[in-house]
Amino acid sequence: MQAEMRKQMLRTWRVGLLFGLALAAAPAHAFIAYVSNEKSNTVSVIDTDSWTVTKTIKVGQRPRGIDFTRDGKFVMVAVGDDDTIQMIDAKTQTVVDSLPSGPDPELFAQDAAGKVLYVANENDNTVTVIDLEKRARLGDIQVGVEPEGMTISPDGKTLINTSETTNMAHFIDTSSRQIVANVLVDARPRFAEFKHDASELWVSSEIGGTVSIIDPAKHEVTGKINFEIPGLRKEAIQPVGIGMTRDDKTAFIALGPANRIAVVDTASRKVTKYLLVGQRVWHMAFTPDEKFLLTTNGVSNDVSVIDVAAQKVIKTIQVGELPWGITIAP
Amino acid sequence: MIRWLVGLIGLGVAATSALAAAPVMIGVGYLGIAGSRSTLSLVEQPAENDGVAGARLAIEDNNTTGKFLNQRFALEERRIKEGEDAVQAATDLAARNGFIIADLPADALLKVADALRERGTLLFNAGAIDERLREADCRANVIHTAPTRAMLADALGQYLVWKQWKRWLLVVGSHDEDKLFADALRRTATRFGAKIVQERSFEDKGGARRTDSGVTLIQRQMPVFTQQAPAYDVLVAADESEVFGAYLPYRTWDPRPVAGSAGLVPRSWDAAQDQWGAIQMQNRFVKLNARRMTALDMQAWTAVRMIGEATSRTNSGDIKKVTDFIKGPEFSVAAFKGTKLTLRDWNLQLRQPILLVDGRMVVSVSPQEGFLHQVSELDTLGYDRPESKCKLK
Repeated sequence: MQAEMRKQMLRTWRVGLLFGLALAAAPAHAFIAYVSNEKSNTVSVIDTDSWTVTKTIKVGQRPRGIDFTRDGKFVMVAVGDDDTIQMIDAKTQTVVDSLPSGPDPELFAQDAAGKVLYVANENDNTVTVIDLEKRARLGDIQVGVEPEGMTISPDGKTLINTSETTNMAHFIDTSSRQIVANVLVDARPRFAEFKHDASELWVSSEIGGTVSIIDPAKHEVTGKINFEIPGLRKEAIQPVGIGMTRDDKTAFIALGPANRIAVVDTASRKVTKYLLVGQRVWHMAFTPDEKFLLTTNGVSNDVSVIDVAAQKVIKTIQVGELPWGITIAP
Repeated sequence: MIRWLVGLIGLGVAATSALAAAPVMIGVGYLGIAGSRSTLSLVEQPAENDGVAGARLAIEDNNTTGKFLNQRFALEERRIKEGEDAVQAATDLAARNGFIIADLPADALLKVADALRERGTLLFNAGAIDERLREADCRANVIHTAPTRAMLADALGQYLVWKQWKRWLLVVGSHDEDKLFADALRRTATRFGAKIVQERSFEDKGGARRTDSGVTLIQRQMPVFTQQAPAYDVLVAADESEVFGAYLPYRTWDPRPVAGSAGLVPRSWDAAQDQWGAIQMQNRFVKLNARRMTALDMQAWTAVRMIGEATSRTNSGDIKKVTDFIKGPEFSVAAFKGTKLTLRDWNLQLRQPILLVDGRMVVSVSPQEGFLHQVSELDTLGYDRPESKCKLK
C-alpha cells in the first residue's frame, strides 16, 4: 500500500516536472509582430511563439512606418508612394481602410489616448495632424527639410519631429501646434525616442554617426554617443532605430550598414556590447514582456530576434524584401 | 479703451521683437558662362540654368533651416559672355557676397581666386574637373565640389575591374580635355590592374551635330572605325567634347559594351539616383525647376548646402568663421550618397561616392567593395594625399 502510494507520488512528481519543463520552454505569451517590407509592398506577420511568418499581407506602395492603434485593433502602415496610411484589421489581417495623410508619409506618432496621429511628410516639409476616430485631417505644421523621426513626450505635451536635411529636432507644443524649440543635432536625424521617465530625448543621426542626448526641459544637447567598431570604417556606422527598456537602463541602437545593434548603458552613456544582426539594420520593437527585441534587417531581408536579458541574437526569420519597420501587438 | 491700449502695447512689443531679431543675411554669388555647349544627344542638352538651378534649391533648403536660426540666404547670379572679364564680374559679386559658386574654366577660375584672395571671399568650384586645380595650381580659397577626372576614371575603372572587364579598347578624342580624360583612364588602368589593349584616336573634323539623315551615316562609320581590334572586353571612350562617344554604343564591330564618355558613365549625380533618401530632393528639384537634376546642379547644390551647414553649426554668418569651420576637421555634409561627405584637407577637394549611370538607371556606385583604404574608402578615388603636389596658399 505504502509502496503503491510512493509510486503514485513519484509519477505525479514526474508528470509535474515534465509539465513544468514544458512551461519553461514555451514563452509565457505568444505575440504577433508586423513587419513592413519596403520593396515587396507587403507586411509580414510573425508569430513569436513559433518564430515563423504566418501571413504576408499585400499593402500599398513603399510601406515604411508601422504601428498598432492604442486599442490594438488595427495596424497602421505608411505607404509613402501611395500618399496614405493604410489600416490593417488585426483580426482579419487585411487592409480595411486608409487615412488622409499628406504626401509621402514615412513615420508617425500617436498621442497616449490614441486619438490624434502626427505624420511626417517627407516631400513637403510638414507634419500632418489626423483625427484617428473621424479619420480626418486636422491641420499641418511647417517644419524643417525632410521631416522624418516622430515621437511624443510621455506627458503628451510635446511632439518631437526630426528633419533630415535641416538637421534639427523640432519641439512642437501639441495643444497650440506651434514649434517651441529647435535643437541642432548631427547630420540626417532619423529617429527620436524619449526615456520613459521623460528625463532625456535620444536622437539618432544616420550620416553624422552619433546619437544626441537632449535635455527636453532645457532644449540642449547634454551628450553624444559615438560608436567605434574595430575593423569597420566610420562611414559604415549609421545609427537609425532606438529601443529603450522600460526601466530606462539599457538602450539598443540599430547601426544600419554596420550590421550591428549597439547596447548602451544609459547611466554611463557607454556602449557595452555590439550584437551582430542582419545587414543594414533599421528599426526594432520589443515584445510587450520585454523578453525579446526584434530588428528589421533591410539588405539581408530578415528579422533578428535578440534575447534582451542575455543580450544575444537567438534567431533569424526571413521576411519580404527590404524590411523597414516593425510593431508588435500590445 | 483699456483693451485698445493693451492692443497697442502688444503691437509695440511685437514690433520691437521683430526689430531685435533682424535675420543674419548670407549672400551667395553664382558665376557662370552664358550659353551652353552642344551635346550629341538631344536629351542631354544642358538647360540654360544648369548648375544655378541646384544652387537655388539649396538656398531654399538653407532658408527652411534658416528660419529656425534667424538666418537668411540670398542668391545673386552672374553669367559672363565670351570675352567678358571673369575677374571683374567676380569682384563685383564679391562686393555683396562672401561666398561665390563658380562654374568657370580652370584658367578663369584661377584668375578669380587670385584676385579675391585678399578680400577673403570663399570660392566653390562646382564645374571644373581639372586635376591641376587640386594639384600644382591648388588654392587655399577654392573648395571643389566637382569631382576630378581621376576620381571619375577611378570610379569607372573599379567597377570594370570588379566586373572582370579588364581588357580595354581606349578611343580618345582630339581635343585637350579628351586627352586629359584619357590620361586619367590610363592611370586608372595601371592602378587597378586593367590592360589597355589598344588606343585609337578619333579626329574631330568638325561638322554638325544635328543632321536629317545622321543615323544612316553613323551606322556605317562606327563599325568600320572599331573593326580589327585586338581581343577586348569593353570599349572605353574619352570624348568630353561630345564628338563621337554617344555614337559608339550598339555600333561597335565586335559586340562589346561601351563606357567612359558614353554607355556606362561616371558622374557625381544623376536624375535616376533615388537611393538614400534622394527621391525627396529629386522631387523638390523638379517642383522648383520643372526639369530633372544634373551632376552640375548637384555640385552647385552641395556647395550652397556646405555654406548652410557651416552657418547653422557655427550659428554665424561671418565669412571667416564659416570658412574656418568648412575647412576644419569637424565638417561634413550629407548629400544623399549614403555616406557623409568631407573635405580632403590637403587640397580642399570634396570626397564623394561616384555614380555609374547609363542614362536611365544608376548601375553602380563607387568605391566598389574590396577597394580598401586606411583612412577613407572614398580616397581610393583620385589622387591620394601621398601623391598630391598641392601646397595650399
